[in-house]
Order: sequence, then structure tokens, then C-alpha cells
Amino acid sequence: MTPAAPATTPAPPAGLRATARIGAVRDGRGGTALPLLAGEGPLALRRTRDEGAEAGVMLVGAMSAPLGGDHLTVEADAGPGARLAMRSAAATLALPGRGGEPARYDVRLSLAEDAQVRWLPEQLVSVRGSDLRVRTRAELAPTARLMLREEQVLGRTGEAPGTLRARLTVIRGGRPLLDQELSCGPGAPGGWDGPAGIAGHRALGQLLVVDPRFDADPPAARVLGEFAAVTPLAGPAVLVTALAPDALRLRELLDEAARAYGW
Amino acid sequence: MSLATLLVLADGRFPAGGHAHSGGAEAACKAGRIHDAATLADFCRGRLHTAGVTAAALAAAAALGLDPVELDAAADARTPSPALRAAARRLGRQLMRAARATWPDPGLDALAAAFPRGAHQPVVLGTAARAAGLGALDAAHVAAYESVSGPATATVRLLGLDPFEASGVLARLAPELDGVAAGAAEAALLARTEGPDALPAPSSPLLEIAAQVHADWPVRLFAS
Repeated sequence: MTPAAPATTPAPPAGLRATARIGAVRDGRGGTALPLLAGEGPLALRRTRDEGAEAGVMLVGAMSAPLGGDHLTVEADAGPGARLAMRSAAATLALPGRGGEPARYDVRLSLAEDAQVRWLPEQLVSVRGSDLRVRTRAELAPTARLMLREEQVLGRTGEAPGTLRARLTVIRGGRPLLDQELSCGPGAPGGWDGPAGIAGHRALGQLLVVDPRFDADPPAARVLGEFAAVTPLAGPAVLVTALAPDALRLRELLDEAARAYGW
Repeated sequence: MSLATLLVLADGRFPAGGHAHSGGAEAACKAGRIHDAATLADFCRGRLHTAGVTAAALAAAAALGLDPVELDAAADARTPSPALRAAARRLGRQLMRAARATWPDPGLDALAAAFPRGAHQPVVLGTAARAAGLGALDAAHVAAYESVSGPATATVRLLGLDPFEASGVLARLAPELDGVAAGAAEAALLARTEGPDALPAPSSPLLEIAAQVHADWPVRLFAS
């Protein structure tokens, strides 16, 4: 008789949890100081060269997480009058985990009065077999300005996508300004890739610009070809939404929009 | 709740102006993305799980009695396209006229006074359902069904699609419609304690973009 197998197999190691925190304040000399710049695990932060009064932060290096089961969070807090630009050094790859459980990626932005934040990370690539839930939430004081870009690429070249759910919520002065959720991939509800979904496109993205000056001078609605549009929101903000065959074409569209509406 | 009352509210002949809107089907037919019953089914399924879910949850929350002004703001935030916001308010205003005449109610009067140019249609729909004595799940069913019945009937007119085939598309979606309505009613319950932020917000980038393309056409059969 063989020895009995252990009654329980050891639990798989819990996914990685990491939080990066950025705190930006006015430095009193016309610039922005970063008294808080704390990366963790795969979320490493570097201060980059300032552009005028704007402090730059780069998410660097080991951004190839999240694997299934991981939970990554980036929190940025811009104090009154602070100016911050955040970029990432490379695309983020959503990868499958061992247990098949979803990964989570949360971004929380908080903008005080007169703060200005440009949040311009590289693409998020949804790799075959991955399952990622992205939650981005920005809370703005009424006089704050925000420029935020999101780009999703469904699968590497020639690859089927993973499952991606991304929700973007923007609250301004305590009121909802934009709230939308996108689901793609094999775990998404039916029709996601069809004629009322993304119709076979594999790159999609948006650029949001919230700027109080749009109260007096709102940008006009405009279509940019068949698969991209400029839509003024119900508030001083404009959203440029684009579907594209690939990441390069998508970036061209959003760069053009950034030049037209951003700063 | 009264099943017959639900039929009155959900009837395509209820004079609420929905027949003038294609729910994005006109733009999709013109672009060739809908060209037969199979592509219509795919379109309806995609719309149901995006705009349909969002509308059903808003309607359910309004039927539960959540603050309709807050729900209207939540609807605005969930509708980036100004063409779609305008269509939703126009439809809301028309439904409001029909509902107030059919089920006179102080809740409807207050909502009409707060939004003289029209509240978002799902918010009016939920408030009307409440006035008619219907519940959150009923309101969610009507909103979910409207999210697909409009494009289906519009496609019959746009493509000359066999109406039997269009009805078949809708009938086969019934289990998914029931699922969406149940999920919306559950989300509305959650929103009662956690606020409208807890309502789902699925959206379709292409429906928003195509609505703007459609709004720029000089001549069109449907208003949206």
C-alpha cells in the first residue's frame, strides 16, 4: 500500500501586492517638489527632468507584471497648484498567472485646486491567457486640469488577446464627469469584438483632457475618420476615443489629439 | 407588480418616440457592419452588454427610488458622445409626456420640472415604472429589451431584412436579456447603499464614435 497523499496540497503563493505612491506639492519657488516618491516591487519610480514648473516621474524597468493574482496600485496626489507628469518607460504586459485568477491594476489620482497632472503611460498589452482588471479613478477639484491617456493593445502581434476589463471613473468637484468600462477578450460578454463592440480592431485608446477653460470655450465634437471621434463631455472636458489596427496608428491619433487639446 | 402594466410600458406602440431611433443600427448598416441576421445578432448582443447594461441599471435604480438627479448625472458620465446624450434626453422628454399622461404621479412631475429639456431616457423609464407600480427588475427588463428591439426593427427597415429573422434574433437573445436585467436589478440594490458610482458603466467605443459619424450625415432615416 502506498502512503496516502497529503490531505491538502500547499496553497499556491499569493500574488504579488505592490503600491507605488507619488506626492507632488508646489515648492514655493515656482516649481513642483515630490516629497513622496515611493516605488515598490515591480513599480519603480524615477524622477525625470522637470519641464518648467512640472515635475516628471517615470515608472521604470520591471513593468512586465502583472501576472494573474497580482494586485498593483499606483497612487498620485497632486497638492494645490502642483504640476506633475507621469510616464512609463515601457509597455505594460498583462500575463497569465499560474492559478488562473485575475490580476488587478489600480490607479488612483487626486488633484487639488489648480493642480495639473499629465498621466501618459505606455500601452497596456493584453497577452493571450491573461485576465486583468484595471481600475482608474481620478478625483479633481473644480480648478484642476488633467490629461490622461489610456491605450489597450489586444494581444501581441498575431496573438489572441487575454481578458481585459478596464474602468475609468473621473469625479470633478464631487460629481461624476466620466465613467466607463470596457471589456474585451474571451472572458468578456458576447459581442465585444462585433459590430457594436470593437469590430476586429486590436488597438484602442482614449485621451481625456479636463480643463476649466473648456467651460467658456468647449471643443467642438468632431469625427477623425470612421473609427475615432472627439467628444466634448457634459462638463469642461473632452474625450478622444480611437480604434486602430495597431498601436502605432493609435498613438499617432492620440498624439495629434494631445497637441490639439492638451498642454 | 402587474404583468399587463409591464406590457403597456414595454409595448413598441407606447407613444414614446422610440421608433425614430435605430440605436446605432443605421450607422452600422451603412458601414456594412450589419448586413444580415447573423451580424444583426452580433450587433444586438454587443449593444445589450454595453449600452443595454448601463441603461438597465439606471432604470432599475430609478425604479427603486434613488435620486433621479444623481442618476441623470451618472448617465451623462456614462455617455461621452454628445449626439447620444442629446438623443437620450430627447427620448426621455417624449417618454415623460407619455408616462405622465398614462400614470400621473408626483415623482414624474418632479423629474419633469428638474429637467424641462428632458432627463436621460433610462432615468425617466425607471421613474415611470415606479409610477406605474412596477419594480426595479421590470424596469431593467424594459430597458434591456429596448436596447436590442430598436436596432432589430430599424434593420428591417434599413436592409429590408426579413422581419421573421429579426424576431428570431430577439427571441434567441431572451436568456441573455433576462441575465442582464437580473444583474441590473442587483446593481441597483447595491447603489441604494453605495451610491450611483456602484452602478455598472460598460460602454462600446464604436457605438460612441459611430453615433458622432451618424450625427454628421446631412440626410438620415433615423435620429440616432
